Amino acid sequence: MEDVVILKGREQFVRQKGERHQTLPISCGAESVAGCVSQRACVYCGARVVLNPVADALHLVHGPIGCASYTWDIRGSLNSGKSLYREGFSTDMREKDIIFGGETKLAAALDELIPKYQPPVVFVYSTCVVGIIGDDLDAVCKTAAEKYGIPVLPVQSSGFVGTKSIGYQTACDVLFKLIEPPTTKLRLRRRPVINYLGDFNLAGEAWIVRSYLQKIGIDVNVVFTGDSRYEEIRRAANAELNIIQCAGSMFYLAQKLEEAYHIPFMQVSFLGVEDTSDSLRKIARFTNDPEIIRRTEEVIAAELRRVMPEITGYRTALSGKKAAVYVGGGFKAISLIRQFREIGMEVVMVGTQTGRREDYEIIGDIANDGTIILDDANPAELERFMLTQGADLLVGGVKERPLAYKLGIAFVDHNHDRKHPLAGFEGAVNFAHEVYTTICSPVWNAVKGGAVRGDL
Amino acid sequence: MLEYAPKEMIKRDSGGMINPAKTCQPVGAMYAALGIHSCLPHSHGSQGCCSFHRMHLTRHFRDPIMASTSSFTEGASVFGGGANLKTSIKNVFAIYNPDVIAIHTTCLSETIGDDIPTAIRQSEIPEGKVVFHANTPSYQGSHITGFSNMTNAMVTYFSETKLADGKKENFANIIPGFVNPADMREIKRLTEEMGIKYIMFPDTSGVVDSPMTGKFEMYPSGGTMIPELKKTGDAKFTISLGRFASQMAAESLEKKCKIPFVSLKEPIGIKATDEFLMALRGAFATEIPESLECERGQLVDVMTDTHFHFHGKKVAIFGDPDVVTAMTEFCLSLGMLPVHVLTGTPGGALGSGLGGFEQEVKAMLDEAGVCGNVKAAGDLFTLHQWIKNEPVDLLIGNTYGKYIARAEDIPFVRFGFPILDRAIHPYMPVTGYRGALRLIEQISDALLDRCDRDAADEDFELVM
Repeated sequence: MEDVVILKGREQFVRQKGERHQTLPISCGAESVAGCVSQRACVYCGARVVLNPVADALHLVHGPIGCASYTWDIRGSLNSGKSLYREGFSTDMREKDIIFGGETKLAAALDELIPKYQPPVVFVYSTCVVGIIGDDLDAVCKTAAEKYGIPVLPVQSSGFVGTKSIGYQTACDVLFKLIEPPTTKLRLRRRPVINYLGDFNLAGEAWIVRSYLQKIGIDVNVVFTGDSRYEEIRRAANAELNIIQCAGSMFYLAQKLEEAYHIPFMQVSFLGVEDTSDSLRKIARFTNDPEIIRRTEEVIAAELRRVMPEITGYRTALSGKKAAVYVGGGFKAISLIRQFREIGMEVVMVGTQTGRREDYEIIGDIANDGTIILDDANPAELERFMLTQGADLLVGGVKERPLAYKLGIAFVDHNHDRKHPLAGFEGAVNFAHEVYTTICSPVWNAVKGGAVRGDL
Repeated sequence: MLEYAPKEMIKRDSGGMINPAKTCQPVGAMYAALGIHSCLPHSHGSQGCCSFHRMHLTRHFRDPIMASTSSFTEGASVFGGGANLKTSIKNVFAIYNPDVIAIHTTCLSETIGDDIPTAIRQSEIPEGKVVFHANTPSYQGSHITGFSNMTNAMVTYFSETKLADGKKENFANIIPGFVNPADMREIKRLTEEMGIKYIMFPDTSGVVDSPMTGKFEMYPSGGTMIPELKKTGDAKFTISLGRFASQMAAESLEKKCKIPFVSLKEPIGIKATDEFLMALRGAFATEIPESLECERGQLVDVMTDTHFHFHGKKVAIFGDPDVVTAMTEFCLSLGMLPVHVLTGTPGGALGSGLGGFEQEVKAMLDEAGVCGNVKAAGDLFTLHQWIKNEPVDLLIGNTYGKYIARAEDIPFVRFGFPILDRAIHPYMPVTGYRGALRLIEQISDALLDRCDRDAADEDFELVM
């Protein structure tokens, strides 16, 4: 660790797992250091990515044009019906609005858009400048809501208020406001009904999970927020269990639903064969229904028969390769460590943008000795550790891809730019296939000399 | 998707945007700053701004885009971001060690009124290192304005007159505008072919299209050097390419160092390339070399070989004002009818000498006898409505055009910034005669592929 230059103030955010399995404390959840080349985003970004997949909502960004432009249809969240969420709406605040306030323009935009699109719900996002000039978003939204008889919800997401995690929380608060007290009598149902939290249906992943649950005899009430609609969200309190995939964004909502409506929640993960099987079993056990438990084993067995030969094939090719992981949330990082083991690979570096202390503790427990663990890394740190650790592959998001390629390191997008579903059993096959495709591509043979490993 | 644009034109007076055709100033400033060698752009605002801009540029160029951020917090926003900026400057030099930090502001730091020059003065700047800034409030203009402001700051900070008695050296300043690195490279090549010495700024070639070496270079070999930027004050002449992105810097150079300038279109298409070379020839009393005569001749040859593919085809063009203006002119020279021309950037409102985009394009259409819709500060909802009312044979614009192309089933040529769904474009110029050849190839491929796709069996032809 001595030879690694770490920005002053960043020492507490990087750890190397020790020989005797001790878990070293790591700092996380803090603001980034001023002057860093952080891979992190802001409150607005967090709120926007969580709410964006609500498909029939009108998402209006109140601010200068940029915030709307950069987030217009950037998430590959698939949906099955009308797709108003894929249109980009902005109040496009100009200098005059900054000086005299943007409330008039916001009200005018709502008056223009609501009658035209007739959405069942409107989300109005505030951006940095709105927080500074102090537009009364609540008042403008309230007036519009009364005028049109639909919920028009302010999303207080001024970028500077905190990290992306605060944005997740803001989004959860807004979603919670839409949820009404339970209506149906649970006893009268034939099949258990649950909510699936923290899946944004990238490449259709929520559909895959929903299909497994249906096969074992469980209905999904609403997915937060992949392919969701206002009417479904309203009825979220009718579920008897919340399962959470992306805890970083949705743990908070699950807690609120438990407090308000006594809906228990459990953390699940549909990344990798092992985690997917475990999660389905956990959910089945919760129902305490022998028939569901039996069917779950059937589904798992059938899926394993289907996918394992293929995964084993990839495992042979990938055995002994090393992976570096830099993703948004902690829980995904944990799943990825396990998933790489399934395909014979070792994770040698693992980092997250917004992982929580508990996540880092688990990572410390399951990671191999020598693994570098880091929070909110910058490109210089990523580069150094990938090279010193001898990584063959990086898993990350948009900004990490060209960095890895420049180093001659293979890459898999586990973020908005994923092109194949990576969840569930078929996702595990896709994942192995993607890892194989990039690591074993002949293009790396053309790289002159290759990356200089281990001598930095 | 995009089932939402109705044919009946809708009255829109809120000033809001539906499906924007522009983005904000800082991303343009960040791109311009990358055109200085060993420069780390610094975003003085929230973390999200920097992250979004890096993401956007990374997706377009498919290269690592480095920039640092002041990481504003609530405290900084209340008490001012000066302290954050000073800490940032210290940290950036300590860990990332660039030669230059180019600070741009954001809507946040502009609104709270941070005094950037004072913060820079109060910062510890290591010997031989440079920090400069541009104000880029996101609520004015567009990303093109931001590019223009950062380019202008290069002049106001660095350009200096060294020679006495109004003497000038025999070289040109070339301000290439907001184009891809390949275009900057091509413009340099044309100038070199003319045998003329030049300084280009900014110059992102060799920075955002750097070669794969198996090593990550935080500061690749490309970019204008600071001594070169200083020397721009001794040039004989400045050529500004693209009024919206480049003219302000040329005007500043004239004011500051008495260097005459000529403001030309981006050299896209035959006429604009001719004008660029003629301007160089005029200023330096040199001749067009045979090599360029030959390139031009080849282009004319291809234009005549293929003109019947284009003639009378209706086309819609959208994107950034400078490249759209030049593209409109080129399409007219091919016999096409640009019936819808739109930019998201507001025209004529800011800076000096910026006559309206709409007037300029309308004048070209009028001269050609084409009746069309032209709009500055427009959005893609409007463009889509226009196309519904008057369908076109071809759409030319950035990636966001794919929604309209799909909804209306129109052949689509990707052109401009950003292109997020195709690769290689930053490596292939659209400027100069060779760039025009490539555009003809793209346009005719798009049109003829469509002919082949739609042809009935009996009309399907081998030779076209």
